[in-house]
Amino acid sequence: MSEDTYRVKVGLAEMLKGGVIMDVTNAEQARIAEDAGAVAVMALERVPADIRAQGGVARMASPKKIREIMDAVSIPVMAKVRIGHFVEAQVLEALGVDFIDESEVLTPADEEHHIDKHQFKVPFVCGARDLGEALRRIGEGAAMIRTKGEAGSGNIVEAVRHLRSVMGAIRRLTVLPKEELMAESKRLGAPYELVRWVAEHGKLPVPNFAAGGIATPADAALCMQLGAESVFVGSGIFKSEDPAARARAIVKATTHYNDPKIILEASEELGEAMPGLDVSKLAKEELLQTRGW
Amino acid sequence: MRIGVLAIQGDFAAHGRVLERLGVRWCEVRYPEQLEELSGLIIPGGESTTMLKFLFDEGFIEPLKQYARRGALLGTCAGAILLAREVTNPPQPSLNLVDIAVKRNAYGRQVDSFIDTTMSPALGPPPLEMVFIRAPIITGVGSGVEVLAEHRGHPVLVQQGSHVIATFHPELTSDTRVHELFLALADRRSE
Repeated sequence: MSEDTYRVKVGLAEMLKGGVIMDVTNAEQARIAEDAGAVAVMALERVPADIRAQGGVARMASPKKIREIMDAVSIPVMAKVRIGHFVEAQVLEALGVDFIDESEVLTPADEEHHIDKHQFKVPFVCGARDLGEALRRIGEGAAMIRTKGEAGSGNIVEAVRHLRSVMGAIRRLTVLPKEELMAESKRLGAPYELVRWVAEHGKLPVPNFAAGGIATPADAALCMQLGAESVFVGSGIFKSEDPAARARAIVKATTHYNDPKIILEASEELGEAMPGLDVSKLAKEELLQTRGW
Repeated sequence: MRIGVLAIQGDFAAHGRVLERLGVRWCEVRYPEQLEELSGLIIPGGESTTMLKFLFDEGFIEPLKQYARRGALLGTCAGAILLAREVTNPPQPSLNLVDIAVKRNAYGRQVDSFIDTTMSPALGPPPLEMVFIRAPIITGVGSGVEVLAEHRGHPVLVQQGSHVIATFHPELTSDTRVHELFLALADRRSE
């Protein structure tokens, strides 16, 4: 895989900064998302809240469904594959999706290894709960990192925890003396070269987005103020009372994340948000964020 | 000379890094009234549909048209689409500030994105490195538009008065010549 290909992959991630990527399950939802100002859509069979409620094995969406969504909109279309399922990824690349999410929201196909993402021309985004996990995924070729949060919960607490963890660990690296970086790399379980890069630049080498539990305009702005460069909204839009209005409001709050007056405007007359779950009451085996290694 | 980068979404920070490398102070533009103080505005890469919706919803269209009569503009990729006279694939409204017709996503989807070089007679050697990401193609140029660089028979860098359009992303390379051209135009406008 050439260096040019990697630059082009990270380049698309750069273009999505400051925007909102929305989960959609059909062409009609995709058009609503595009009209509301989404920078991309994530094509899914079921949104995370329904995957959580219905259980069973969650797999890549059917190619027919993804193609229907690709035909409906002109913005980039992403789709999810199971962790480690490189053949699902080959199928999505052949289909021509613009970004692949190797996602803990689907049932993992491999409990030890993630996909070697360098083998693909299509860029990948992966979830991370901390800096070590983020750098392992980047080492495997991810062109974008997102927090895992707790998908389908409508609860922002885990995304905040993961963002703070990643941003805090980055800040810590920037003040460590050079001779401590190798031990730090061992502690993080992250490639040494990437640890050095982060220590020198004070940021991840790829865009860093937030995901998992974003349900309101204020949630989106909170993630942006904490250092995320864009947000993914999964169940938060199409599980709410008025999806089009909520989608527009979250887009507005993401662009103006530092302007409380506009976040206030965006928060008014929105109808009910999706119902939320108390993540601390979820059983261990119900957590999606612990998938990934 | 004050330079702004439209910061609705997209790679505005990448443009900012180029400006900083050239020693130019810049600001993120999110409100129409900010245009009044600028002599140069960059419309970055990103999603043109998202930016267009924002420009309409937040009352940017008229202020931008007024700004264009006196200030320099640089539009890259999505910026090129917004500034064009006519947009196809699919058709969408545009600002009609540069006399070009563009076709969106004209090379295909992300798997068809690429990096290549071309010689620009206007900029001279070395060849210009160009990053094309889900890029548009300029399908027609008006008589007042000067073509500064071409690739595979299509104009990729054009200029009309103080307005410069690139269908690729000069902000994602280390070659600063496109930005320097834009800054020279902005400087002339600020005098």
